[in-house]
Amino acid sequence: MSKDTKKNIFILVMLLGLFTLSLIFFPFIGIERITLGEVLSDPSSRGSEIFWKLRLPRVLAGMLCGGVLSAAGLTFQAMFRNPLATPFTLGTASGASLGAGFYIWAGWSFSLAGISGLTLMAFLGALAALSLVYGFSRWRRGMPSEVMLLSGVAISIFFSSLILLLQYMSNQAHSLRILRWLMGGLEIVGYRQILEPLPLALVGLTVIFLKRLDLNLLTTGEDLAAGRGMNVNQTKIILLLSAGLMVGAVVAVAGPVAFVGLIVPHICRLLFGPDHRILVSASILMGAVFLSGCDALARIVLAPAELPVGIITSLLGGPFFIWMLLRPRV
Amino acid sequence: MEIILAARGFSYRLGKKTLLEEIDFEVRAGERWAIIGPNGAGKSTLLKAFCRILVSGEGLLLVGDKPLSQYKQKALARWISYVPQASGRDDLFTVREFVVMGRYAHLSAFSVLTRRDWEEVERVLDLTGMTDFAHRRVSTLSGGEQQKTLIAAALVQGANIMLLDEPTAFLDPYQQSQIHDLLETLHQDAGVTLVEVTHDINQAALGHDRILGLRAGRVVFTGSPEELMTGGVLREIYGRSFKLFPHPETGRTMVLP
Repeated sequence: MSKDTKKNIFILVMLLGLFTLSLIFFPFIGIERITLGEVLSDPSSRGSEIFWKLRLPRVLAGMLCGGVLSAAGLTFQAMFRNPLATPFTLGTASGASLGAGFYIWAGWSFSLAGISGLTLMAFLGALAALSLVYGFSRWRRGMPSEVMLLSGVAISIFFSSLILLLQYMSNQAHSLRILRWLMGGLEIVGYRQILEPLPLALVGLTVIFLKRLDLNLLTTGEDLAAGRGMNVNQTKIILLLSAGLMVGAVVAVAGPVAFVGLIVPHICRLLFGPDHRILVSASILMGAVFLSGCDALARIVLAPAELPVGIITSLLGGPFFIWMLLRPRV
Repeated sequence: MEIILAARGFSYRLGKKTLLEEIDFEVRAGERWAIIGPNGAGKSTLLKAFCRILVSGEGLLLVGDKPLSQYKQKALARWISYVPQASGRDDLFTVREFVVMGRYAHLSAFSVLTRRDWEEVERVLDLTGMTDFAHRRVSTLSGGEQQKTLIAAALVQGANIMLLDEPTAFLDPYQQSQIHDLLETLHQDAGVTLVEVTHDINQAALGHDRILGLRAGRVVFTGSPEELMTGGVLREIYGRSFKLFPHPETGRTMVLP
């Protein structure tokens, strides 16, 4: 429909504008004041160093993680037909954390086809958690989504206690590294840590973008989706693998940054409606802006200290989650 | 006319429970069937097995001239469309957005909707009388309007066979007659083969060519409306007696529960 298409193009242009502004503006926010003149005029200046080597990578990392976590949340919400389904509530993030925690605890250091062991282990952990939740849902067909979410929460708690166990058994250095990593943070230096998860994230995001009509159909119910010609089980497995892959990849970099996948897709649905033809792109862009914005806030809110961004998103997300639970349904 | 839908010795079990047992059933192109029977007789299960919403089962299901197992899901959806019950749908999509999803089976892997898809949507909205509701959210519609939306979404699939699960349940008499008129139009003018699950025996006898009676997962009756409307047949299907009387104007046999 030309009118709908026009509306969607308008939304996308606005969001791309917001995204670009954030990309330019957020690197200037931080304890150390830097100016545009400094950055542009003298590449060897202190400001320029901070901008290119510290702030910009950090903003980009926030954008990557934010986009991925939002898209994963949106995907889970459509699949499980529940707005509270997120990488967190389904145990995916804790699964990834457990995988990564295990890698640190074991003191391993390896990489496979250019992907670090930490990322691989995080992916495997995410996959394990998703398989459990998916297995439960297959085991009892027609299980209410609330029960599924609770089983995800239970898996999440179970994995968290395994992480605690790992920490308990670790030496002090490893233990501290696990703890700091669990807080979730984007304090990276340089671009290597962004380039590594990027291919995995792009694969996941592309699959989900291509499956945007499938997400629409899944929200109308699995029976109807199958009746319209969707191979429902195959589609769900593809979506879960893609989401697990990209969540694993970004959690390996940033730690389990909570609630992004809950807040951003919900705001997008409120603003743009239920159609995933626009929601997928919108959630990725909004998620990118949201998390890099939260991280900019984290850099200044307790200056001169810098907070891990995971603390900010959790402080925002907790009340938001309660509000979503208690709000009257329309 | 050739047979385009058939079950041969088809059984469906869920765990230890048998939902359908040795079903034999043949639909010819252009027929209008009703499936009747008490709750739990396996009527919806049979529809869902044909659309492969429920996977597996023993025996053979045929669609066109091929077994169901030889179809990919998208190809199957171009043969058969499915209309579920429309009780209180909470979809936030507009009617138009909802109906266009029915084009899924015609889309490539890149999920791009073409002008042709949108033209089909407008055509079925017009055919079902839903054009004026195209901008409304599905969740805000009445039961009858939601049912028409579901039928429009099934029609846009372009399949020659439509399976409907109690299309008039939960509707008031006026909306029921609207749905019946719509289905009659699809059957007569568009030549769609219809198979409807219903609890309304009189409607089944009035509007349909053939009737399948199921009880406890088995076929207990296959035949014409005239053959159905006898005390013995109805007792066999429902396990109780009905009062039969002639329609005051047409003289056709009617039942009172």
